[in-house]
Amino acid sequence: MLKIEGLTAEIEGKQILKGIDLEVPTGEIHAIMGPNGSGKSTLSYVLSGREGYEITGGSATFNGVDLLSMEPEERAASGLFLAFQYPVELPGVGNANFLRTALNAIRKSKGEPEIDAMQFLKLARTKLKTLQMADDMLKRNVNVGFSGGEKKRNEVLQMALLEPSLAILDETDSGLDIDALKIVADGVNAMRGPGFSALVITHYQRLLDYIVPDRVHVLIGGRIVKSGGKELALELEAEGYAKVAA
Amino acid sequence: MSAQPSGATAFLARFDGLRDHLPGGRLPWVAKLRADAAEAFRAAGLPGRRVEAWRYTDLAPIAQAGFTEALTFVDEAPALPPMRAPYRAVFVDGRFAESLSVMPAGYRCGSLAAGLDGAEFLLGTLAQPLPLVALNTMLFEDGLLLDLPAGQDGGVLELLSIASHTGRPIAFHPRHLIRLGAGASLTLIETSLGPAEAAYLHNPVYEIGIGADAKLSHVRIQREGRSGFQLATVLAAVQAGGVYDNFTLNAGARLVRNEIHTALLGPKAACHMNGAQLAGDGQHADTTTFLDHAAPDCASRQTYKTVLAGKSRGVFQGKILVRQAAQRTDGYQMNQALLLSDDAEIDAKPQLEIYADDVKCSHGATVGALDEAQLFYLRARGIPAEQARAMLVQAFLVEAIEGVTDPIAQAALAEATDGWWEREAA
Repeated sequence: MLKIEGLTAEIEGKQILKGIDLEVPTGEIHAIMGPNGSGKSTLSYVLSGREGYEITGGSATFNGVDLLSMEPEERAASGLFLAFQYPVELPGVGNANFLRTALNAIRKSKGEPEIDAMQFLKLARTKLKTLQMADDMLKRNVNVGFSGGEKKRNEVLQMALLEPSLAILDETDSGLDIDALKIVADGVNAMRGPGFSALVITHYQRLLDYIVPDRVHVLIGGRIVKSGGKELALELEAEGYAKVAA
Repeated sequence: MSAQPSGATAFLARFDGLRDHLPGGRLPWVAKLRADAAEAFRAAGLPGRRVEAWRYTDLAPIAQAGFTEALTFVDEAPALPPMRAPYRAVFVDGRFAESLSVMPAGYRCGSLAAGLDGAEFLLGTLAQPLPLVALNTMLFEDGLLLDLPAGQDGGVLELLSIASHTGRPIAFHPRHLIRLGAGASLTLIETSLGPAEAAYLHNPVYEIGIGADAKLSHVRIQREGRSGFQLATVLAAVQAGGVYDNFTLNAGARLVRNEIHTALLGPKAACHMNGAQLAGDGQHADTTTFLDHAAPDCASRQTYKTVLAGKSRGVFQGKILVRQAAQRTDGYQMNQALLLSDDAEIDAKPQLEIYADDVKCSHGATVGALDEAQLFYLRARGIPAEQARAMLVQAFLVEAIEGVTDPIAQAALAEATDGWWEREAA
């Protein structure tokens, strides 16, 4: 399980996270909702190890192991996956090569044998099918020339291949039309089970119609100001953050 | 007039001592070529940094090294890499090693020293008044002499240059003469290697004549030892409808200058000059190109990528000259540098000189570091930092390398570039 206690962090001297307390037990999906600038993306970057964020206090552990002292690749190897709000374009890096390298890096760190190009293609094609993605996505350079929806689906494809035990989905719904949203949600729901938990970060309630969370947390001003069941998302949608937080 | 660099004096003294013993000494036309070259080199000396074309590359270490010739043929055959193509011409210290070579039959291809009598058709015909070409003309002992008749497909030929470990600083100046008759085609894959610890100078000059509608694909993979020097000058002339493709990888040597002069002399001739330079701590890599558009309807493409790590320096100078007659020229030049350390330095100088009025010519340059967002994206997927950097370095090179389509050349290139960053970072 993911356990965050009193986590504070700043960027360039400006405090963004002001003491986050949060527990996501194994097997559960939690949503974090909040207005722009509340610290949602900062939380996802701090948890996944992006440089440029100064952690000034508190802790975050994943299955009892200190997350914050690990390199980003070690966090990934331990089962953490961040679906990026803005997936990065990698000109010159083929998607298939990228996905296989990532998969083998994670397999290697777990002491599992690497899989070869043929085995990988077979595996990737199965995953592509369930995500209703075209095979030629593997031949293209990573995210280069992808539409917004294709980029997000590529994130979910990566998640499906890497099989993390904890996924952080950072505004994966932004820029998606309703069909793409359903495909992405199906991809996440397919992973649901006793060994998978997720932190779904979103601005809008809409995504949570398709990925139904066990718990909803409201993040405002760098703190979690309210937590509740899935009905809290509907309440936020109807009444706005200001009223719910008050 | 400044004092001559001592290096020039030493080379001239070598010539004075050796002139009667050098190949072709009894052929009056060769003797005259050499004597004229010696006069030119005496006047110019090794180019210094006050010469504009040499502003960013300092040859003082060569002037100071006191190079001598490899006097005797090395008895011990050096360890050779496996052959990639059906044919391979091997040169050890600039001399053709017949016993180590597998030469194609069916056209003239062999040692220049053995075939000088009858090499007038090319030797010295493309030479330009360049000090390093003069130095080569003055002292060359051997080289490849290749004359492919019209219409013939020469297939794939490897050219391997190896510097032996003689225990003293040696210099060799091979002269490679390559002529393709009208409609002929050839792929030439050249690799130069040398021992890591030996200081030596490899100063090759290529005179390449490409006939009408002929095509030469020339891949040069420079992997000299890290204490070695390579100063290469390629002089190519392309007739109407002919194509010259040059790809040069600079991955070795303490200092390298890859200088290419290509003249497009007939209508619809084309030239692709691409390259990659990988320089690590203590290395200096210079690519300098001159493209002479002398005829109408010709196209030229240049893409050069330089990756610099540690304390290293990269240079790219590229000049495109479009003469008045060269209407409807289509010229493109791009050079990009990736700096992997704060101690690395790149100097880039693109130049366009255009006298025709109906011309499409563009050039561009970029310099940057690895993108932190890309690096984090890869690491967030579990790819260790050094492997992620290597992937991004490889991705940066792709655009320059993808033009090399011959599978044998691709394999040789992959061997030289794969793992470069891991080796450099280790």
